[in-house]
Amino acid sequence: MSSRKDSGSVSTAEMASTGGTLDSPVKQIQIEGLVVLKIIKHYQEEGQGSEVVQGVLLGLVVDDRLEITNCFPFPQHTEDDADFDEVQYQMEMMRSLRHVNIDHLHVGWYQSTYYGSFVSRALLDSQFSYQHAIEESVVLIYDPIKTGQGSLSLKAYRLTPKLMEICKEKDFTPEGLKKASVGFENMFEEVPIVIKNSHLINVLLWELEDKSTVADKHELLNLSSSNHLEKSLQLLMDRVDDLNQEIVKYNTYSRNLSKQQQQKHQYLQRRQQENAQRQSRGEPPLPEEDITKLFKPPQPPPRMDTLLIAGQINNYCQNVKEFTSQNLGKLFMAEALQGHN
Amino acid sequence: MSVFGPVVKIHPVVVASISDSYERRNEGASRVIGTLLGTIDKHSIEVTNCFSVPHNESEDEVAVDMEFAKNMYELHKRVSPTEVIIGWYATGFDITEHSVLIHEYYSREASNPIHLTVDTALQSGKMNIRAYVSAQMGVPGKTVGVMFTPLTVKYIYYDTERIGVDLLQRTRLASTRTKGLTSDLSQVGSAAARVQDMLTTVLAYIEDVLSGKVTADNSVGRFLMDLVNKVPTISAEDFENMLNSNINDLLMVTYLSNLTQAQIALNEKLVLL
Repeated sequence: MSSRKDSGSVSTAEMASTGGTLDSPVKQIQIEGLVVLKIIKHYQEEGQGSEVVQGVLLGLVVDDRLEITNCFPFPQHTEDDADFDEVQYQMEMMRSLRHVNIDHLHVGWYQSTYYGSFVSRALLDSQFSYQHAIEESVVLIYDPIKTGQGSLSLKAYRLTPKLMEICKEKDFTPEGLKKASVGFENMFEEVPIVIKNSHLINVLLWELEDKSTVADKHELLNLSSSNHLEKSLQLLMDRVDDLNQEIVKYNTYSRNLSKQQQQKHQYLQRRQQENAQRQSRGEPPLPEEDITKLFKPPQPPPRMDTLLIAGQINNYCQNVKEFTSQNLGKLFMAEALQGHN
Repeated sequence: MSVFGPVVKIHPVVVASISDSYERRNEGASRVIGTLLGTIDKHSIEVTNCFSVPHNESEDEVAVDMEFAKNMYELHKRVSPTEVIIGWYATGFDITEHSVLIHEYYSREASNPIHLTVDTALQSGKMNIRAYVSAQMGVPGKTVGVMFTPLTVKYIYYDTERIGVDLLQRTRLASTRTKGLTSDLSQVGSAAARVQDMLTTVLAYIEDVLSGKVTADNSVGRFLMDLVNKVPTISAEDFENMLNSNINDLLMVTYLSNLTQAQIALNEKLVLL
């Protein structure tokens, strides 16, 4: 089971990932409040229809901290002139931002997610290319639905060095994975996030609290859970089905492999027997034929998808467990309230 | 010329952006200006985004990089096609003559632009955020001048935005100005603690009223009545049933997810044998 330490109220959060301590160049992420607000706004305005909204993170690296100081959103991939626009858009944005003294160093990207389903091939590829180019880059996953339920859900992930190796080699066979001993638990490592604001922004926050009379709505204490649970479980079930198919594929492959091994063995034996007979009859032995040409080994199925699905299922389960623990707490509170009536 | 109703709604993103660009201004520049983007409704203007524009200002002249402004607007439009230029902002307390010129430029981009001033130098002790619309004044035909009439400023948030701002509010209480993101039960705990605080305040008020220290206020009394009536009165048995079935559901789901996790871990081990 994963170990979760409760974060202190003042100092930095120390959520240990399931893989142990981080051995990457980035140990902590520091985000400015502005970035958080921008990401929230981007999803709110543009993300209602499609699956994900994406954007680029800008900032710099200080010691072993990655400071994210600004970000800008990416337009959707709807039009047909997709690729060329992307690169040009990015270049133009960065050039313009440089004029107003905003950090123009690419340090990562962000993406929104639907109920926690972000472990996909596309994400892996993008993050790999980012991390390959820039050592310390991260991907920020923003979960708007969970945030809507009361607490900001923003997580930062990097690929573990082991996974980077595998992606570089593009060797996704079972043997390759076994060599690197990558399980679904050490695919991504989570980097703790800390939010930091400048003094001026703090002044602004005081002002906002003063001026705005928005009542605290306490969505966090909402008792209804069935809707969220249903959807999460639905997604989980779909994934488990997918995993099942992959497993069946792998099983047939290994069964074929062992059958083939048997056939090879039998063939060799027959050969030897025949050779022995021929020798006893004084005839020249039959030439050794190339075994590999006769018995072509079946293709081992790529394991990358299985790994991704397993990782995704793990993620769903974590989310569900977090959600249920919160709800149990709330239910017991409600009971206490009723009990005193 | 259309007259807008006197309400300008601003999202906190905008002001945070403005403060940030003020902090990053060039050496020697005393203020920063930029464009405001948003949507115009019949009676209100909603400001949802902004970007800063480099400009040079000296005693007698002011130069604004228009090309840059146009470029940035195009880029922004690709992401959110519904936003239009609705005005401009400037940091600093006063409105100078240069502002008039800049305002004129912006009136070419948008009809009746609004001008926002953010007092980042805190000249009056607080960060004053004010909005203005320009209006013609003077004798028509002869000397015509421009007057900036103030508008009311309101802040609006999306729900998720409010939660984000909530979290940011908590950072300013920490001594190191930083805050990690908490998880799980601790969040529920802190939310419950907040409600508890509010209840204590209410109780203190009631005590005061009962002991005669504070005169009773009828409207507050009505709110209190609503509050007490909101706790639903369900028979203990029904409540027990509801509670138990809910708890059973949640426990079952927890069990299933734990099972699934164990299953995939097992599968992993078998494959990697």
